[in-house]
Parts: sequence; C-alpha cells; structure tokens
Amino acid sequence: MSGSTIDPRLANARAAPKRGMQLSWADPVFRSIIWQTLVVGVIVGVIWYLAHNTSRNLEVRHIATGLGFLSNTAGIPIAESLVAYDPATSTWARAILVGILNTFKVAFVGVILATILGTIIGIGRLSKNWLVAKITAVYVETLRDIPVLLQLLFWYGILQGLPGPREFKGSTSAVFLTNRGLRLPSFGWENAHSWALLAFGVGLVGTMLWNRSANRKQDATGTKPAVWPVAVGLMIGLPVLVWAALGAPFAVEYPVLKGFNIVGGNTVTPEYFALLLGLVLYTASYIAEIVRSGIQAVPKGQWEAAAALGLHPGSVLKLIVLPQAMRVIIPPMTSQFLNLTKNSSLAVAIGFQDIVSISGTMLNQNGQAIEGVGIIMLTFLVFSLSISLFMNWYNARIALVER
Amino acid sequence: MNNTAAATVDSAPIRERPPASVYGPVAWARTNLFNGILSSIVTLVFGAAILWALYGFIQWGVINAVWWVPATATGALDPTSCRAAHGVGACWAAIHDKWRFILFGRYPYEEQWRAGICIALFLALFYVSADRRFWNKSLAAIWTATLIVIGVLMWGGVFGMVYVPQDEWGGLPITLILSTFGLAFAFPLSVLVALGRRSTTLPAVKILCVTYVELIRGVPLVALLFMANVMLPLFLPDGVNFDKLIRAQVAIILFAAAYLAEVVRGGLAALPKGQAEAADALGLTYWQKTMKITLPQALRLVIPPLVNTFIGFFKDTSLVLTIGILDLLTSSKTAMADPVWQGVSTEIYILIAVIYAAFCYTMSSYSRSVERKLNRSHAR
Repeated sequence: MSGSTIDPRLANARAAPKRGMQLSWADPVFRSIIWQTLVVGVIVGVIWYLAHNTSRNLEVRHIATGLGFLSNTAGIPIAESLVAYDPATSTWARAILVGILNTFKVAFVGVILATILGTIIGIGRLSKNWLVAKITAVYVETLRDIPVLLQLLFWYGILQGLPGPREFKGSTSAVFLTNRGLRLPSFGWENAHSWALLAFGVGLVGTMLWNRSANRKQDATGTKPAVWPVAVGLMIGLPVLVWAALGAPFAVEYPVLKGFNIVGGNTVTPEYFALLLGLVLYTASYIAEIVRSGIQAVPKGQWEAAAALGLHPGSVLKLIVLPQAMRVIIPPMTSQFLNLTKNSSLAVAIGFQDIVSISGTMLNQNGQAIEGVGIIMLTFLVFSLSISLFMNWYNARIALVER
Repeated sequence: MNNTAAATVDSAPIRERPPASVYGPVAWARTNLFNGILSSIVTLVFGAAILWALYGFIQWGVINAVWWVPATATGALDPTSCRAAHGVGACWAAIHDKWRFILFGRYPYEEQWRAGICIALFLALFYVSADRRFWNKSLAAIWTATLIVIGVLMWGGVFGMVYVPQDEWGGLPITLILSTFGLAFAFPLSVLVALGRRSTTLPAVKILCVTYVELIRGVPLVALLFMANVMLPLFLPDGVNFDKLIRAQVAIILFAAAYLAEVVRGGLAALPKGQAEAADALGLTYWQKTMKITLPQALRLVIPPLVNTFIGFFKDTSLVLTIGILDLLTSSKTAMADPVWQGVSTEIYILIAVIYAAFCYTMSSYSRSVERKLNRSHAR
C-alpha cells in the first residue's frame, strides 16, 4: 500500500504520535494502574489481616493445623458406605473417602433419575391430552415453589412414619418398605454374570459397528440393511449363551422377617431414599421446563417441513427436532445437574452421611475448620468441574456444524 | 356451482347447531381426552389416580380431621383425640395451637404484633417495588426507610418498646429478613462485580471478580453457611464476634451476589454495543455512561431472570436450618418436636409449604407478566 492512499485527502495523514505513559490523572493507563494497585492492595491487606487473626486464634485455642489428622483413627460410626469402613480402625482419610463416595452416589443416581423423570414430564406438558398436560403443569408449578429442604424433610418424615418391620409379620412380599428403609431382593453375583456382562459389552460394540456400516450402505445404495436382528443376536443372544455355557447360575436372596428386623437382601436406607426422592422430584420440575422450552424453541416449520418430506413421526423427532432442541437444552441442563450435586449437601439435615456431614463431624471434633471446609469446597469444585467439562464436551459434539 | 341447486336454497339462513362430534363438551373430550386408544387409557388411569388421591386427601384432611381439641382442667390442651386420629385424619388443632410459634418463633408473645407489622411492611415493600411507577430514585429511599423501620420494630428499645435481642427472633420475619436484606446488599455488590468482570482496562479487578463468582458458584450454600458459622469467628480478632444471624446473612449476601452478578452480566452482554459506543462518542465518563446509558437498559432486560434468582434465594434461606437459625422452616420443625403434638408433622409441613409456595408463586407470576410487557414493547 505504500505510496498510494485510498483517499487523496489522507495523503498527508500520519498516525497519532505514540506517547509514553504520563504520570497524570488524565492518562487512562496511569489511572487504571493506580486503581488496580489500590484494589489488589486492599484485598491482599484484608486477606493478610484475616490470616493473621486466624493463626493467632488457632494458637490461642490450641487447634492443630495441617492435614496430619487424616491418618488418625476416625472413630465415628458411618451408617452406609461403598467401601469397607470400620469406626474402630479406619482413619479420617478413609471416612472422608466414604463421604465423597456417598455424595457421588446421590449425585450420580440423582442426575440420571431426574433427567429421565424431567424429560417425561416436560414432554407431558406438551401432550395433546388435556389431563396429562394439566397434571404435569401442576406438578412443575407446585414443586418448583417449595424449598427443596422442606421437601426432603417431608419425605423423610413420611418414611419415618411408616410401620416398623415387626408389623410385616407373616408377609411374603419380596420388597419391604418400612421405617428402616427399603429392602429389595439381592442378586447373587457370580463369575458367570461378569462374563455375560462382558459379552453384552462386546455385543453393544458389535451392534454399533454394524449400525454404522448399515448407515454407510444406506448412503451408498438408498436401502438400509435391518439392524434389529443383529442387535438382538449380539446384545441378548450372546450374553445368554455365555451365561448358559457357564452353568446358568441364578440365585436371588429375598428379605425375610426374623425376630424384630428384616434380614437378607439389599437395603436402601430411609435417609438415602428420602434424599434421592426429594432431589429427583425437585430437580425434575426444573428439567421439565428446560425440556419443554427446548422443544418449543424448534420452529413449527421444521416439524412441518420434515412431515412434508414424508418422514416417519419418530424420525421427525429423532433426526430433525431433537438435534435442534438439544442445543437449547444442554446449557441450562448442565446448571441443573450442578444444582442437584450441590443440593445433595442438604443430606446433612436428614442425617445422610455425605462429605459435608462427615467433614462437619470432623471439624466439630478437632476444631480444624479451615481444613474441613477446604475439603468440602475442593470436593464440590472437582464435581462441578467434572460435570461442566463432560457437558461442554457433549455440547460441542452435538453442536450444529455451521459453515 | 349448479344453478338449480342454488335456486332451491331457501332465503332464510339455516340455523342449526353444529353436530356434537365437532362442537360442545363431548367433542372437546373426544379431541382432548379420548383421542385414540392410548390417550383414552392414559386419561382413565390418570383420572382414576387423581380421584383416588383427592378422595384420600378429603377423607384425611376434612372428614376425619380433628379441628379442635378440648382444654384440660389445667388449661393445657388435651391432644387425645388427635392421637386417636393419627394416620386416619389430620390434626389441624395442632396448627391452631402452634401457628404463633411457627410464624414468630421465640419472639416474646406480647410483642409479636411488632413482628406481624414487620411482615406487613415487607409485603408492602415488595408490592411497591413491583410497581413501575416507583422505578426511580425514590425506590432506594423507600427501601432504606422501610428496612430501618423494620429494624427498629424488631429490636425495639425505643419509643417504649421492649428490647428484643436477635436470638429471640424467629419464624417468617427471619426468612423475610434474610432474603430481603440479602437482596438489598447483594444487588449493588453484584452490579459492581458484573461491571468488574466486564472491565477491559482493569485486568486485575477482572481476575478477582471471576475468581469470586466461580468459587462461590462452585460450592453449595450449605458449605458457605458452615464456613460463616465456624470460620468467621476464627477470621476476626479476639473479642469481636458477630451474632449467628449476621454471620448467616453475610454468607447469603456473598452467595446471592455471585449469582446475581452473572444475571446482570448477561444483561450487559445482551445490550447492543452501539449504546456504549455512542456514549463514548458523546464524551461521557465511565460512570456517566454506566449509570445513565448501559446499566438502566441492561437491568430492564434482566428483570425476569432477576426475579427468578430472587425466588431461588427466598427458598434457599431455609437452608439456615443446618446451622440452627430459627427461620420459618426451623421454627416449624421445632413446633413439631413439642411432645403434646407428637406425630403431627405432615399438617405443619403442608402449612409451611403453602406459605412458601404463595410467596414464590406470586413472584413468578409477576416475573411472567413483566416478561410479557417487555416482549410487547420489543415487538414491532
């Protein structure tokens, strides 16, 4: 461009001269540096002051610092845990691991159930059936307006008010719902079942590969080879064959009433049951609204155009509407998953021992509040980040590819 | 058109009702309730379930319910009939006995009119704030004045009112105080944080704001309340100690500000860039530009999500139960622990749920109406 300018009037124009920063209030760069120094200085000062107070207070109260307590014996009873835990010998590190796993157990199962229930209710609100649309609308409006903690306490109160095990005398039920929780038949897991599960995994991968090649064939020739016989054969037939070849073991242990309690089978404690029930029902009401608005965000013309092309109603939903609705649904859904995970900390109010409850017990015993709260915050930050990362990855995968 | 056919039509119009298959309740039911086999089955199953639930609830809540219990010779209430009805009928008599405690907690019985006036003042404050005629500078003055009057009424100690220390407050006023004072302090803070997060000239401030918002949004409120309860005393110098209520209030303000900041930031980001550029071109300073041009427009855009966030906080104040502050939910839990009314919990939970739902429903329908109005003015 040198030599010739676009506009002759600009021939003599020059760039504004570059000046260094001037030590004057009129200079924006100078101002911004002063402001930032001031703000950062104040914050650092406050933090230093708080840290100073804290270290003195800890000294005065003879509270130890550091994570040394983790290798001490915990000594607190924990009602349910996914890993082996013994109050007499297990350490605090173990107890905290139990707490983290319990939080994970609530959050993971809760997210899955809330998504399923929320999607069903969200679609129900769009139903042409007046009764279904009204019931789901009332569900959403009611449950969203009541604090989740109140709902948890309500369900917990109801579960505690159930009759005790001894009142089930003579009952031959396979499932017991008493004030000590939900008792389900347990299933004897053996090697053959693990192999069958592995066979199912192989079948799943095989079916996916077959489906992909069938799609490729459809792109090339216009007709799609049937997928379902392969799917049935690989995903049901293969595991059953493997299981039968290994002797077809099958053992179910039913809960039975013995004395004053029910023994055998698996237990879902009333605390876990109430927590899960409360969180799932509450979060589902939010997810339902997200699903509904996501589906409604797809313009009507998309439905009509797809129908005009002669697509099957199922295909319209699967190929046209859902991919577009998902883009609207995923970001708010992510924040609902995060909310459910964070709300699982309400376990502390009904005595389910999650990470908040166990850390709370710990800091009440040894006074190490900073470490206790730090562990809680770190746990939830890791959970939140993992959910966000996973959902962002999923969102990027399903995002509309634009030119 | 056939001419002969047209000629035979009588000049008088045919006044005949449309057939029942397209018009009237039967047709409505056919299209909306019994449209196909699956729809009919669903309608019948759900309809039966609703009728059954309704029947059960009326049996429990009205027909078998105990509304009054007689007083014994000593003046105490005799809950025998309630105990007899347990599991079959509701015991509304317990609520009749306990409603003052549920609403006002341990606030001195003779002084509870003051707490009652405070509730009314809060309601009036919300009502006035919802009116667009007050969306100007006078609103800040109204809020300050009302909150001061509420403080005076609750504490007392002046104008001949007995002094009531904070640990005797309880019930609905605590819930309203935590949420309203929380909003009053969190909102200005959130605007500052949102502006800081959007700052282009102050990177250090931006980093601080981002850290604050993401850290707070990453942890549950229960953990923050815990922190305020056990860590704040450690942070402060010896001898300085805040009341538990104030500690919880601080936690709620910090929590609310982080969420509100994201809403405000959304509004600022949604505003067309031309507004800020035009203000710059006019030579306005940063604060003139922000206070007169961008912020008023951005806030107007985000009124519905702001109200929704506020509904969330209103519900979340119930979490102070975990640190033992006597708010509406905690006072109702305490009322249930009364040995006289043993086993009465569902009735009290229903009462509390109705109170919470009434507040939240009012706010959410207000938010929807504002949204409709905004959409109308945006439509061309």
